[in-house]
Amino acid sequence: MEKEVITAIIGRYERDSGMLIPMMQDLQAEFGYLPPEKLRMLSQELDVPLSRLYSVATFYSSFRLAPSGQHEVTLCMGTVCYLKGADRISKRICETFKVEPGGTTEDRLFTLQAVNCVGACALAPVMIVDGKYYDGVTPDSAVKVISGLSLEDDEKEKAGPSSKSSKGSGASGKEVQK
Amino acid sequence: MIAADERVKSPEELKKVQKKLKKRDKSVVSVRVCIGTGCAARGSHKIYESFREAAENAGGGVKVEAKCVGCHGFCERGPIVVIDPGNILYQRVEEPDVDEIFRETVLGGKVVERLLYEDPDTGEKAKTEEMIPFYNAQRRIVLKENGRIDPTSIEDYIAVGGFTALLKAMTMDPGEIIDEVEKSGLRGRGGGGFLTARKWRSCHAASGKEKYVICNGDEGDPGAFMDRSIMEGNPYSILEGMIIGAYAIGASRGYIYVRNEYPLAVEHLRKALDQLRIFGLLGEDILGAGFSFDIRINRGGGAFVCGESTALIASLEGRAGEPRAKYVHTVESGLKKKPTNLNNVETWANIPAIINGGGEKFAKIGTKNSKGTKVFSLVGKVVNTGLVEVPMGMTLREIVYDIGGGVKDGKAFKAVQTGGPSGGCIPAEYLDAKVDFDELTKLGSMMGSGGMIVMDEDNCMVNVAKYFLNFLRQESCGKCTPCREGIPQMLHILDRITSGRGEEGDIEMLEELAELLADASLCALGKTAANPVMSTIRYFREEYETHIKEKRCPARECRGMFLYDIDEEACRGCGICAKNCPIDAITGERKEPHVIDQAKCTKCGTCFEKCPFNAVVKV
Repeated sequence: MEKEVITAIIGRYERDSGMLIPMMQDLQAEFGYLPPEKLRMLSQELDVPLSRLYSVATFYSSFRLAPSGQHEVTLCMGTVCYLKGADRISKRICETFKVEPGGTTEDRLFTLQAVNCVGACALAPVMIVDGKYYDGVTPDSAVKVISGLSLEDDEKEKAGPSSKSSKGSGASGKEVQK
Repeated sequence: MIAADERVKSPEELKKVQKKLKKRDKSVVSVRVCIGTGCAARGSHKIYESFREAAENAGGGVKVEAKCVGCHGFCERGPIVVIDPGNILYQRVEEPDVDEIFRETVLGGKVVERLLYEDPDTGEKAKTEEMIPFYNAQRRIVLKENGRIDPTSIEDYIAVGGFTALLKAMTMDPGEIIDEVEKSGLRGRGGGGFLTARKWRSCHAASGKEKYVICNGDEGDPGAFMDRSIMEGNPYSILEGMIIGAYAIGASRGYIYVRNEYPLAVEHLRKALDQLRIFGLLGEDILGAGFSFDIRINRGGGAFVCGESTALIASLEGRAGEPRAKYVHTVESGLKKKPTNLNNVETWANIPAIINGGGEKFAKIGTKNSKGTKVFSLVGKVVNTGLVEVPMGMTLREIVYDIGGGVKDGKAFKAVQTGGPSGGCIPAEYLDAKVDFDELTKLGSMMGSGGMIVMDEDNCMVNVAKYFLNFLRQESCGKCTPCREGIPQMLHILDRITSGRGEEGDIEMLEELAELLADASLCALGKTAANPVMSTIRYFREEYETHIKEKRCPARECRGMFLYDIDEEACRGCGICAKNCPIDAITGERKEPHVIDQAKCTKCGTCFEKCPFNAVVKV
């Protein structure tokens, strides 16, 4: 069963090992991260050394080797956001929730991603929580938004029809709350 | 409804479809809602849905079409809705406004005054784009159809003249097409500024049957979103440019490498590719000309260095994105060791206009060595944040003040940063410099891909340099020593300077390291990494010296290098600062001005953030 997932992904790209990165992106989309045993399977199926998969997985910042939290908090650290105080927001989130950029809180409530620029500079500083954009964020408002997350509401959302697509498209048109 | 859902097998068939689609029903009222990332984040999808519902329920012989369009550029005023006929532009539209717009404008033909743009100086209302200074100083070639067409409708693109350039190109020899591009003087829009035609010619001449064209959409510069907006707003123009380029070069396969953070761009490109395949403009034997070509999308992995051509190619080959030395050019041996031509999104999007109007016409716009227009994302401490397209040679002042509306909140202009992390900061005294490839390089910055970040008096230039260097430290791939080790060393010195531990000789050491990086690094990331530092030292040396000698940050940004004080007149004595102060350094009676004990104060800034009356000031 699990092997089928791997063969399906490989088939999607005609077994071309040059398409390793898209394959790993698909694998991550499937499991939410890159489970070691799946990487091993992919390496065997493709006949590509596991070390190369690991080098790719650790080189690119979008790959994760550990499961992510229930929610995804993305903080833009682009130039404009930085000029408008994104580093203070990042510090406050890290202190308050005991998490590092790229890391997940101990209770797996959320994963914090600090990205270089989401290209929505008119909204700076920007924070994206599960695909929902927040503009003009301050350290206080960021903490308030994140404090409102709970381990359960994602389960409820998953049952809803639209939650998946809104995550996928990023700019899902959800309203900004100040 | 005419649809482009059948394969066209010859130029004649394509012309027929074009003719049909150009005949538009003039009685249809068109409502165009911007769904670019900026507007979408402010809820424009819901606005679109409401318009669509209203249009469906209108009945009574009224023909209304609501459509989603790409970025209009005026992100500051989003969400933006344009109603045609009349091209009435409504800004900062919210969902409750939809009913009124529909009733008054769509059905009644009247203007809703309160949603129009109002000139902040004169108070005059502007009804259309042309009446808004932000737009009327621009010249749009690449962004011409952005905000006009539905980026997921090939019919829309054809209706505004899409694929006429392709038709024309198919009647030309590959050599003639390259000649036309050469006459246009087009230079790469991704940062390098290399002549596009020269690249094409070398790739065309390179030996080998299999060749590739690549579109670099890995827009990594923070504060830049030109390419994203083109990919989201008019993916067809990029694809048309790529098909023409592939035909001229003799490539059979194309790749678009899109940044991972741009999901909407990927979605729109994917839809466009599917439509082009169905329509027969991609695949085998395109338009019966015996030319076969297809394009694949690859999503980036989130590595800035992949904007560099050889690193991007490594990534497309399924490896870590490490650049290689370029003693063999990619046009001879690139992807899979085959001749490969790589251009940036904006470069490709210029091609249809060049073929349509001819290279000479294009070359009339711009300066001696920089032709055409350039798209910039004008951001930072500027009144009108947004996407602008201007002819090369416009001055920085015109861009920042006439189009951008000047610095926000009445603050003083300090610098404008161009070229992303490889660029530099240009101070007020050079605001009248003309913006083109050569002028910006002379000023110690560069054109780059088009980020233009305005900074005001509150921004510390040493801290800005530190920001970019820190960015590059994280993004250095680590392959070559000067970049991997040099950047952290420079960052270490900047850290020291901005935390009050700067030493005599630090500036000189930075300059020495910068030279080393420029001389010894493998790729452009390392070679240009010191630019933000060098340009700020060049123009703001005093600021560095004040940090080092007086241990003071003149912009009051570097923590611990300025003091917090309470403005007696503004203080209402509410006590919030005292309550939040972590070391009880603030005292004062209720309803009386409070005082900070400077001997105790750790300068953490909590009082500054918490004060509801802005009575805590930085001194």
